[in-house]
Amino acid sequence: MIQCKTSKEVGGMGHSLKRKEDARFLQGKGHYVDDIKLPGMLYMDIVRSPYAYAKIKNINTEEAMKVPGVVAIITGKDLEKYNLHWMPTLMSDTQMVLPTDTVMYQAQEVCAVIATSKYAARDGREAVKVDYEPMKPVMDPFKSTDPSSPVLRTDKPGKKDNHIWHWQAGDKEKTENVFKNADIVVKQQMHIPRIHVVSIETCGCVADYDKVNHHLTMYMTTQAPHAIRTVIALVAGHVGLSEERIRVVSPDIGGGFGGKVPVYPGYVIAIAVSFLVGKPVKWIEDRSENLQADSFARDYHITAEMAGTKDGKIQATRFKVLADHGYTDAAANPSKFPAGMFSIATGSYDYATAFVEADAVYTNKPPGGVAYRCSFRVTEAVQAIERMTDLFAKKVGKDPADIRMQNFIKKEDFPWKSPTGWTYDSGNYQAGLQKAMDVVGYAALRKEQAEKRAKGELMGIGISTFTEIVGAGPSKDFDILGIKMFDSAEIRVHPTGKAIARFGTKSQGQGHETTYAQIIAEELGIPAENIQVEEGDTDTAPYGLGTYASRSTPTAGAAAAIASRKLRDKARKIAAYLLEVSEDDLEWETGKFFVKGAPEKSKTIQEIVFAAYTNHPQGMEAGFEATHYYDPPNLTFPSGAYICVVDVDKETGGIHVRRFVAIDDCGNIINPMVVQGQVHGGLTQAIAPAMYEEMIYDDEGNILNGSLMDYLVPTAVESPKWETGHIVTPSPHHPIGAKGVGESPTVGGPPAIANAIIDALSPFGITHIDIPITPFKVWKALKEHGAYDK
Amino acid sequence: MLKKITVTVNGTQHVLEVEPRLLLVHMIRELLNLTGTHIGCDTTSCGACTILLDGKSVKSCTILAVQANGKSITTIEGLAPEGGPFTPLQEGFKENHGLHCGFCTPGMILRATELLAHNNNPTEEEIRWGISGNLCRCTGYNNIVKAILYAGAKMRGEALPSTEPEFV
Repeated sequence: MIQCKTSKEVGGMGHSLKRKEDARFLQGKGHYVDDIKLPGMLYMDIVRSPYAYAKIKNINTEEAMKVPGVVAIITGKDLEKYNLHWMPTLMSDTQMVLPTDTVMYQAQEVCAVIATSKYAARDGREAVKVDYEPMKPVMDPFKSTDPSSPVLRTDKPGKKDNHIWHWQAGDKEKTENVFKNADIVVKQQMHIPRIHVVSIETCGCVADYDKVNHHLTMYMTTQAPHAIRTVIALVAGHVGLSEERIRVVSPDIGGGFGGKVPVYPGYVIAIAVSFLVGKPVKWIEDRSENLQADSFARDYHITAEMAGTKDGKIQATRFKVLADHGYTDAAANPSKFPAGMFSIATGSYDYATAFVEADAVYTNKPPGGVAYRCSFRVTEAVQAIERMTDLFAKKVGKDPADIRMQNFIKKEDFPWKSPTGWTYDSGNYQAGLQKAMDVVGYAALRKEQAEKRAKGELMGIGISTFTEIVGAGPSKDFDILGIKMFDSAEIRVHPTGKAIARFGTKSQGQGHETTYAQIIAEELGIPAENIQVEEGDTDTAPYGLGTYASRSTPTAGAAAAIASRKLRDKARKIAAYLLEVSEDDLEWETGKFFVKGAPEKSKTIQEIVFAAYTNHPQGMEAGFEATHYYDPPNLTFPSGAYICVVDVDKETGGIHVRRFVAIDDCGNIINPMVVQGQVHGGLTQAIAPAMYEEMIYDDEGNILNGSLMDYLVPTAVESPKWETGHIVTPSPHHPIGAKGVGESPTVGGPPAIANAIIDALSPFGITHIDIPITPFKVWKALKEHGAYDK
Repeated sequence: MLKKITVTVNGTQHVLEVEPRLLLVHMIRELLNLTGTHIGCDTTSCGACTILLDGKSVKSCTILAVQANGKSITTIEGLAPEGGPFTPLQEGFKENHGLHCGFCTPGMILRATELLAHNNNPTEEEIRWGISGNLCRCTGYNNIVKAILYAGAKMRGEALPSTEPEFV
């Protein structure tokens, strides 16, 4: 049971407050980008490349310009005149906005058609004729750096191969020594395939440039409006778009999951066109365009190794990654971490040494490397460590639960310094796993499994006990394009005691309008119902780096608490003045200050706020407002213990997820209903890559599943009934002890499912199958391991 | 070549001149400015554009406006008066946290409206199959199922199931 310090009416932390934002969504009054309609608005559609790698010989727009309603066609050569044909990625790589001579991946933007209606723009798109000279694309990342492969980025002077960067963490030599002397070493090659976030709303914008006032309003699907405003100013400052003349508005966002962090060419083209013609330009991509061209996630090829003793003590891990970034590194990681937080790959276990390294390469695939509801490559790390822990347990001959219990970092050892340099804030891994085992009935399940095995039936139980790393981040190490990764809150309390609070983050469904209000309600005692939360408009909200990587609660949530505490300090001064006592004589209880020993002498927060406008002490600044920019001292480290139970049909390879128990520890909980909702959603986005989703390309660079007809997003039928629970280990350094939760299930879920399926197949000697584990892969593995031999 | 059609949308009759190729969803969104009906794909897969056409839930991205000639359409805006009271489903979604970003919600609610109109006491499995043409990327479906069960109970006049999260 979660303890609440406030009444239900105040609705502070711990209450399952119903969401304040729901009313508009339930009545069709949400306000998404495609709902915006401005006078004189033009529509943009984009011609895309059918080839993965080709020279553009000619773009013939003659017929297209004759289509009624088409007003302009913009090519890379047009943008080149304004030096707007290239843009930086968030990883300081570069990316074409529109090509002037070569296309580098299938579905790349080739030119843009501008018309007076959506349909005319599409007609115009169909009438554009492009002559290409196709070339043999580089599709295999393992061959990308072969001398025989063409150098793809000829735009980079002096570039002699397709290697992008090398990154490493941990102690190489020490790790090698441990591996040399270890009793047991397990090794596995694995691929965490390319997937796509598929937020149900695609990406799009309305760029509205006012030529009279030299002002751009950019309505767009972005998770990070403030950073985008700065990027626009940096990229287009030379044509007069200086930052005070740019307003970025991120209205209601129909899901983000990382896919709405990058800047896509479509946004930049729309801005350029609006700037040139002085009219608003709307660009909304199709689902197929979204799937085929927007930033992908994952695509890590990992060689994983684990060493330990024969009695089951893990001593070291070693991971070597080959990262396929496609045509450009368009990930959205903090600058100093090109492989994100991958070095969390030592997981929840206590051992002395580890070494992880990654090399990134270019290929002729769409660019990216964004997260898919995951904090900067943590999912890849957790998949590797949790799979390897199971492989190790198998080799040692111990139950996977026992091996985890044996190797967990102990709760008294926090803060714990990891061999790759992180300081885990807090955790109680044994308690989490024990609770998950109790809820699922672990011992009984193992017994049932043994009985089933005796009958030749395939049942598997899989565990994942993961550690997340979120809340980026401390400014000494964390920035994106140089902008430090703090976040902010500004609270204004009106004379009647009601408030508006604005944040540098941007909800895409996480429920900030409710949960941020609860944090302020907890701190000030103003009912959450009376606190209006606003985000997403750079003209009104304080600067922040946005919502992704489970960072909103750890950063902006903390800012809300501290800004509230600044206001409480002011409230104490006003209360002392009103009650004619010294500040030290006052005590705070939710919603009021009272005189110690005389609780009948008190002032409510509403009375105090009213006085701040009507009767404030002379010499004190009037009003009741506070702002805080929160620079976290450390990251937060949520964790979880997940157990999955599957039944596998031996004849067909069909997999049925019978049960899935998730016990999460995200520290103190703001709203249990919202936390649980986040876990449910994240788990369906865990089963997705574990069993269904993968972007598939042929050797010529054609995407084979570039629409929702072929890319399998789980429906309510594939998605099991999730069983959820929690333990609470507060973060010691976070003002409200919270850690963030949105991505834990996506991070921790896939290996639990994979481990369960492999466990089901283990009687045949099967030890690994790459995700997504499909019925065909299961059937094939069973066949190869003699399951169907007579 | 425009074609004249008459459609009744949320109880109001409209006479419109439309291109024969105009999709119903574009008619609803662009001509009638009812933007609660969303577009999430281009292959009839996601169900965000689901509306009721003569009481039957259909994906309005895969029907031409001219095919709706003479018919009656209900969109999310037409389910309940602005500001409420909500229908049992709208209430169920709010009480059970059946939505996050809200983008799939109108389509999901209209699909479930037809589902409950046919059978106001469905099993959980019937609900899951019943909404399997509507994709949600945020909620993991648990609470959507719970919301529909809640609405069914409300329609039957039975005691409402608990809306507390089962979060042990």
